[in-house]
Amino acid sequence: MPDALICGLRSSRSIRLIRSIRSIGLSCWLAALCLAPASASEAPSAAANSEIESRMMALSAELRCLVCQNQTIADSHAGLAEDLRQQIREMLAKGMTERQILDYMTERYGDFVLYRPPFKASTALLWVGPALLMAGALGSLLVVLRRRQRMAASAFDPDTPDEDAPR
Amino acid sequence: MKRFLLPLGLFLVLALFLAIGLKLDPREVPSPLVGKPAPGFQAPALGRPETTIKRDDLLGKVWLLNVWASWCGACRDEHPVLVEFSRRKLVPIYGLNYKDKREDGLGWLTKFGNPYTESVFDPEGRIGIDYGVYGVPETFVIDRAGVIRYKHIGPITPEVLRDKLEPLLRKLNA
Repeated sequence: MPDALICGLRSSRSIRLIRSIRSIGLSCWLAALCLAPASASEAPSAAANSEIESRMMALSAELRCLVCQNQTIADSHAGLAEDLRQQIREMLAKGMTERQILDYMTERYGDFVLYRPPFKASTALLWVGPALLMAGALGSLLVVLRRRQRMAASAFDPDTPDEDAPR
Repeated sequence: MKRFLLPLGLFLVLALFLAIGLKLDPREVPSPLVGKPAPGFQAPALGRPETTIKRDDLLGKVWLLNVWASWCGACRDEHPVLVEFSRRKLVPIYGLNYKDKREDGLGWLTKFGNPYTESVFDPEGRIGIDYGVYGVPETFVIDRAGVIRYKHIGPITPEVLRDKLEPLLRKLNA
């Protein structure tokens, strides 16, 4: 419950933070970290190693926060997301690869944590669904156009002229 | 009449999908840990910091692991159910005191009753991460071989206890 509240309250701030990294750069990110009380506890490790920090942010943007399900772990200020960012930092510092860390998360939270889940039977509809819908829509458009092509030209004449149309 | 059949059919399919969607609870993410060995841990007991509790100490019995915290509102809702259940001594309940302060956790147990054989103290939530905890309270059923057989997310209600947990515990204990 408190986490859910925190997500809602802090999300706009975190979005601003994320934008500031992308647009202005690392110096602003660090300045923002010092200003934002919620992130104050994360500041020392951020300053310590900017390379790990940027890899951590890239990786956590691939992961779904299970507390605020529509946010990434990078965006979320839920307690669990902060813990997981710290966990990722430590794992990167130990020299683990991105692949190993994603596997670590999947072992614990399932494919649901991945914003790009692997292709398998249970996710097949998710991956091919949009293509199937597109194919269906194009197919029915084709059928309708063909049918119209075969209709007599008189079928397109209005049965009764529009009353308010100019003559 | 016939021209209405297609839109009507599409509407029914859409309504069916939406109805199924309404029934699904997005907060309940199936745990990949069910059917796998419970992750090992070694941590101090909440009440007795000098005592270490290990997962392997619990091999050979069926037990419940209930993740709780004094800051968690839903834990208070389920607490009377757990206290009542512990009196029947069907299986031992171990608590995982998740991201809590020791004195807060102990105070909470004194105030509302202690259904736990022991609570494992996990102030940084490290054990919680290994168990894939994302919403307290959560409850795991762990069998004699140390394998997780079931995970319940959210507060345990008398109905959950009667329909899900008890039949499973009786089967595992048989």
